[in-house]
Amino acid sequence: MTAPGETGAAHLEVEGLSLSFGGLKALRGVSFSVEPGSITALIGPNGAGKTSMFNCISGFYKPQQGSVRFDGRDVTRMHPPERAALGFARTFQNIALFRGMTVLDNIKLGRHAHMKTGLLQALAYWGPAQREEMELRAEIERRIIDFLEIDHIRNMPVASLSYGLQKRVELARALAMRPRILLLDEPVAGMNREETEDMARFILDVKEEWGTTILMVEHDMGMVMDISDHVVVLNFGEVIARGLPHEVQADPHVTEAYLGSGDPAALMARLKGEAGPADGGSAAANRKTREDVA
Amino acid sequence: MQIGTAKHSYQADEALLTTRPQRVWMALFAASLCIAPFVLDNYWLYLACLVAINVASATGLNILTGYTGLVSLGQAAFMAVGAYTVGWMQLNLGTPFLLNLVAGGIIAAAVGIVVGIPSLRVKGLYLAIATIAASFILHFIFVNWQSVTNGNSGLTLTPASFFGTPLTEYQQLYFVFVPITALMVLGAANLFRTRVGRAFIAIRDRDISAEVLGISLLRYKLMSFAISSFYAGVAGGMWAYFFRVVTPESFPFVYSIFFLAAIIVGGMGTILGGILGAVFMTLVPELLRFGIDWLTPVLPNAAAMLSPVRTIVFGLLIVGFLIFEPKGLAEIVQRSRRYFHLWPFKK
Repeated sequence: MTAPGETGAAHLEVEGLSLSFGGLKALRGVSFSVEPGSITALIGPNGAGKTSMFNCISGFYKPQQGSVRFDGRDVTRMHPPERAALGFARTFQNIALFRGMTVLDNIKLGRHAHMKTGLLQALAYWGPAQREEMELRAEIERRIIDFLEIDHIRNMPVASLSYGLQKRVELARALAMRPRILLLDEPVAGMNREETEDMARFILDVKEEWGTTILMVEHDMGMVMDISDHVVVLNFGEVIARGLPHEVQADPHVTEAYLGSGDPAALMARLKGEAGPADGGSAAANRKTREDVA
Repeated sequence: MQIGTAKHSYQADEALLTTRPQRVWMALFAASLCIAPFVLDNYWLYLACLVAINVASATGLNILTGYTGLVSLGQAAFMAVGAYTVGWMQLNLGTPFLLNLVAGGIIAAAVGIVVGIPSLRVKGLYLAIATIAASFILHFIFVNWQSVTNGNSGLTLTPASFFGTPLTEYQQLYFVFVPITALMVLGAANLFRTRVGRAFIAIRDRDISAEVLGISLLRYKLMSFAISSFYAGVAGGMWAYFFRVVTPESFPFVYSIFFLAAIIVGGMGTILGGILGAVFMTLVPELLRFGIDWLTPVLPNAAAMLSPVRTIVFGLLIVGFLIFEPKGLAEIVQRSRRYFHLWPFKK
């Protein structure tokens, strides 16, 4: 945000990512790319592997195969704190704010990885430590609190805020991390229409004013279609479609994944395919059987 | 009544004391601390020194347990490490006592880091048990490492000396202990205005999202143990200069529970809580004793009859706090502050 060298939109590439928990294959060779400065939405029915994908990207899960590359650099084995220092920022599906702290302190925590104050300086609150805190405060007030319109709640404890505001504070905290890629896990889940519209506007503003790359998981199709530049659809741990929002919307595989094909024979064939040898390409198999039936 | 707190700079907004009444109260408190040694008699000065020692140690435990959420029952053992270090240096090296106190803190911090290693894997009660185990191991070392600790008979210290003057009177020690404790409390308050303190609270509230924000759990949990046991070590060092005898039984396990009770009664996760809790736990048993003394003319046998009652009343007070004021004495102070913000217009 300040020095151009360490800011700007990042390019994220996921290649051949596979993750399994015991016998359960959550992700099977998923590849996609998030273009710099774009909003990419990752959608799919429940259990499709979206959150597993997010956890692989942010470093909680270690995939068995494949890689995550950040501006060409392989970050697959990095721990979450190292990724934070590179410019990964994420929000959580169920809000993960620090409930005992005020809104301001929560936002300040976002900057942790970029600050330098050591223990002894902190105990004395002297010189550089104080300066660093004051610079951070000024920047947060100017660039984040004003921007997200949360100045009236800055000194309130997070636990006392409404759900929509808490989600906004979580976005504020992610912005304080100097994000080069922002990972939003269901940013509008459980919100009413008005709150959803506010959040959609803030996400677009972040893209335009901060120039951050954004990858989000979302179930609200109205919002996904409205604000994303690119959509990736997952089902059973595989990418079944990708492209511009309207292309994805028209894709028959996507309709099938969400609604089913309406054809019992196809379903039976697919279930049989699932039970068969694990070839890791069951979506391709599905497509084939569906065509056969047709 | 306070109408608003308008500030012109962020610095003013983030000061430790933000309102005028706060500053006035703090000035009055500081002044009374300065006058106290000239007004109080020897017995009360003895208690004041003890309070200063306990406040320092309780503040340390509050950083670890109240702010970082790592329950420790090893605070007394860390104090013992500090006390033995100070005692050994005083007897064998004859270094200045301030240096000894700092060294006591540093050695205790090093031991604290080792004891804190299990905290990376276990939390809550399990960690509490691990720290209990550590304090029994330390006790074993104090008894058996004869060459340093002199075993069960312990160390008998020469008094601390300040520019050649031996500090033997409680009044002299008061002038040493109270400023040291005040500095330590100020340091703790400062800590929570910076990234280090915020990281501790983040770990307490939600360690997974702390990690996503770039807070290394390993580093900050061990740092919290180090600070906490540094505080304990310095407090233990002051204890050693105060009683001038350090034996393995000087810091019994129940003393660790005393500190845990102090921060619970005072208020976990507030600086004020550590102070109020330590004052309460140290002074209330004494006040109850005075209550019995006053009853003696009415009830001739009061001392014999009521001494056991004193312990029961003290216990009941603690239970009462847990039930009626779970956030501790510090919350009572906050509530009365809020009341006076609107006074006299609020019923």
